[in-house]
Amino acid sequence: MLTKRIIPCLDIRNKKVTKGIRFQNNIDLGDPVELAAKYYDDGCDELVFYDITASTERRPIDIEMVKEVAKAIRIPFAVGGGISTISDMSRVLLAGAEKVSVNSLAVENPRIITEGAKAFGSQCMVLGMDPLKVKTSAKIPSGYEITTRGFRHRTGMDTLEWAKKAEDLGIGEIVVNSVDADGTREGFEIGLTRMIAENVGVPVVASGGAGKPEHLVEVFKFAYADAAIIAGMIHTGKYTIPQIKEYLRNEAVPVREKW
Amino acid sequence: METILITIIDYKAGNLTSVKLAFDALNEESEITDSVKRILEADRVVFPGVGAAGTAMKTLNDLKLVDVIRKVVDKGTPFLGICLGTQIIFQRSEEDGGVDGVGLIPGTVRLFKPISHFDKVPQMGWNSVKQLCRHFLFQEIDDNSEFYFVHSYYPVPSDKSYVIGETEYGGVTFSSVISKDNLVATQFHPEKSGKVGLRLLKNFCAWKKD
Repeated sequence: MLTKRIIPCLDIRNKKVTKGIRFQNNIDLGDPVELAAKYYDDGCDELVFYDITASTERRPIDIEMVKEVAKAIRIPFAVGGGISTISDMSRVLLAGAEKVSVNSLAVENPRIITEGAKAFGSQCMVLGMDPLKVKTSAKIPSGYEITTRGFRHRTGMDTLEWAKKAEDLGIGEIVVNSVDADGTREGFEIGLTRMIAENVGVPVVASGGAGKPEHLVEVFKFAYADAAIIAGMIHTGKYTIPQIKEYLRNEAVPVREKW
Repeated sequence: METILITIIDYKAGNLTSVKLAFDALNEESEITDSVKRILEADRVVFPGVGAAGTAMKTLNDLKLVDVIRKVVDKGTPFLGICLGTQIIFQRSEEDGGVDGVGLIPGTVRLFKPISHFDKVPQMGWNSVKQLCRHFLFQEIDDNSEFYFVHSYYPVPSDKSYVIGETEYGGVTFSSVISKDNLVATQFHPEKSGKVGLRLLKNFCAWKKD
């Protein structure tokens, strides 16, 4: 049986892992390669790295870090932030990443999804989206508006329409990161995640709001997420991956048993 | 002592860095190449790949590698297929409107057609492999260990005796590990399957080494 994936997210700022709420009040959590190796040993199923300052500083992604991570772990990992061209994607993938994640870039230039899928295969192309809960309207029928550039920019685009369009363009996976739940540790946004999972044919990764193992049970059982991103709940040391997996197993959620 | 050289066949079907890095982690010398000569003189050959079967077969033909693959397998070189590499050594694939494969294993490759709306295609993630028999490749790997899969199509060998591992997805039980003489092939990616995957690659490196 296909198991549910647990994916620690490492936000990178100045070569260090950082964690903040809604991109604010960031605290330094240590070296990305060391932390990746630790989570790999603990049995995480995949990892995601966001170079969160690459775009604002208008510099390319830290490719040396990607290479070091690829040497240290033997599981798939995705990289996002600081990717603006097909050749950026190529460099990240050749450095050993399994997937590249595009967000604001895809909103500004949706064709990049198709170009990336053609060049590297859909399985390499992840769409990150940051939906904000808004009043349902003719323009935003799903009640969730896509934001970009670290939630600062509102696009006027409907989240569900964007997810379906991205699938048509060739995206291989969609990470649904709720702006409202991000950093709160009060649980994933179940309705939003479920809406996307029910309406696209590609795997859906829930993100934003994970605070305790119960939240993962909810998002897997009631929102049909294929994977879930966690950050603060393990970065702080409050929970470990084996603890989370044991909790999920006891709640009859299939998780990877042996690593 | 002579070093064992593993060649990883490069036919522009996806990123081979992680395959190479996995052998590096095992201290096994390997090289990524499309050179006919290097592939023919290798001690072991790995045939990986992701992407579409049609494009992959076309590239293999353009690079004149189809016969080379048949040759290395015929002469008894230990051979490991991975993911798309596993699929295109079959006779035929349903992908891209039907594609003739290298034809080392009788059978076809079919598309997942899950009944459940929530079984996504591709299958992406960790799934367990049931070991159907004892095999050198499975040494020190627990039965039902999970491996990392990313695929929309799955192999269906016409002779079940070649199947040594099975996996369930999308309402079917499919052949996830194939073995025929000096050839083994996995539908999953051992190079991305953590320590268990690394152990499988280590077993491959020691397989048929007298």
